[in-house]
Amino acid sequence: MTQANETLFIQHFKESSRPLSYYLEKMNGYTAAKKALVMPQDDIINEVKKSNLRGRGGAGFPTGMKWGFIPKQSAKPKYLVCNADESEPGTFKDRDLMRYTPHLLIEGMMIGGYAIGANTGYIYIRGEYTREAKLLNEAIQEAYNNGYLGKNIMGTGFNFDLTVHRGAGAYICGEETALLNSLEGKRGEPRVKPPFPAQAGAFGGPTIVNNVETLTSVPFIINHGGEWFSKLGKLEKSGGSRLFGISGHVKKPGLYELPAGGATLRQLIYDYAGGILGDKKLKAVIPGGSSAPVLTADEIDVVLDIEPMMKIGTMLGSAAIMVVSEDYCVVKLLTRISKFYAHESCGQCTPCREGTRWMEDILHRIEHGHGHEQDIQMLLDISNNINGRTLCALGDAAAGPVMSFVKKFRADFEAHIRGGKCPNA
Amino acid sequence: MTNSEVGKKLLSQKFYDEMKKLEPRYPTQVALLLPALHAAQDEHGWLSPEVMDEVAAYIGIHSAQVREVASFYTMYNLKPVGKYHLKVCTNVACCLRGAEELVEHVEKKYGIHCGETTHDRKFTLMEEECLGACGTAPAMMLNNDYHENLSVEQLDKILDGLE
Repeated sequence: MTQANETLFIQHFKESSRPLSYYLEKMNGYTAAKKALVMPQDDIINEVKKSNLRGRGGAGFPTGMKWGFIPKQSAKPKYLVCNADESEPGTFKDRDLMRYTPHLLIEGMMIGGYAIGANTGYIYIRGEYTREAKLLNEAIQEAYNNGYLGKNIMGTGFNFDLTVHRGAGAYICGEETALLNSLEGKRGEPRVKPPFPAQAGAFGGPTIVNNVETLTSVPFIINHGGEWFSKLGKLEKSGGSRLFGISGHVKKPGLYELPAGGATLRQLIYDYAGGILGDKKLKAVIPGGSSAPVLTADEIDVVLDIEPMMKIGTMLGSAAIMVVSEDYCVVKLLTRISKFYAHESCGQCTPCREGTRWMEDILHRIEHGHGHEQDIQMLLDISNNINGRTLCALGDAAAGPVMSFVKKFRADFEAHIRGGKCPNA
Repeated sequence: MTNSEVGKKLLSQKFYDEMKKLEPRYPTQVALLLPALHAAQDEHGWLSPEVMDEVAAYIGIHSAQVREVASFYTMYNLKPVGKYHLKVCTNVACCLRGAEELVEHVEKKYGIHCGETTHDRKFTLMEEECLGACGTAPAMMLNNDYHENLSVEQLDKILDGLE
């Protein structure tokens, strides 16, 4: 086990952390906002740039740079929207941030809103998180009652209103422009870009969309400085510590907070999460939410950060790691993943709408022993024809797993086709 | 609106009061559509054509626009569901921890397939995509509540305790 690291969040993940009183006493609650709301806006953005905070939702885009895209002057109101859709399979960190440390999110949003010149914020939370939405609403009410939201916050002259907006069951609403359409009362279909949200986002106004964990990192940056935050990260380009969610066939699934780049995938699986269930052999790891290309057991000495993962052809994504042991059929696994993307395709782009369904059908027949020799090539052709040819990243997300599973576990697919059944069955 | 129209309303005064409170939160009336559909479904258990018409009238849009949006999202029930709506997550992390057994168990126990409701309208079973509870898989929703780290035995205990 590596030595203990400084953690920002995880020690507060308990029911008793939720009230405002705990936040004020134990977490320096609202001191960052008090400091930030009298700073020049550019100074805040620069501090966030210095911190090397990168979006925790999956794309890893530098947060300070994103905030810098917002035009200073705008005829239309600006908006800060928190993406709390948390729909990428394997991801379950934002739920704990919202249910245990809701005021951290409120404070982060207030600071972000001030920095970009927005007086209105929305938390777009996935519809299934009914309890978390209720708890957030209670915390928001508490903040209003104590002068931390609303008009003239803490006497600074800054006004900020915050509203929880519930989704209603659609993976695609984690895509930021689909989310904005859903916020506006429409079908959650991604928009054509440009214009990007920073120019024309929610209700036509300049809008920043940030993930929950991204925004909850902001108060720490203001209180301790961008440089301090940056140094929490172990590699040059990524600051802070972050929440890694590990699930599947490990002995101790759950959340682990580690410095960005502070451990290898092997350490996370074996040292932190206790190794594989039943001490079986590792077969595969899906390392960044189900959209991330799969890794084999030989590829887990990679450092858990954005660039090292990209270098080996996968992605850290939302730091959601799903572990698969030797006795689980990878063909079945990929079939399930493909079913998900076929179900969640919004249907706007033909390659994604049709292709995801075809891939699911082909995989289904391979899994059940009715596949043909040419099916493997057909899967690769279809995924190649989806990849990069859709309005949003769902197409790539559907293609990546197929391409990587087929490439890395080709023998398993061939065994199903030639043997007419699953060799493990 | 006239009194006779009020008399015919399917949605309660509580619904309208709740919406009234939300109105200043959004720059457009249409943005209230998702919250309105949630609130309407909370009252009726599902979104009947008549309820959707009333939501359309409240928002000030065409009924077709309400249906267009409602049909996009899986949480809006466009047909009636049972008193207890079981949504078992069968996405990757839950499948790796035995979700399929849970589904099969419920199917056998109540003699229904996924997507069906028992004859007494007590139970509806559905397969759900990722619920965001992967660290505590397998997970399911029972109406609005999460149940996590489930085994077949625990599931039985929960189900048998329902009235």
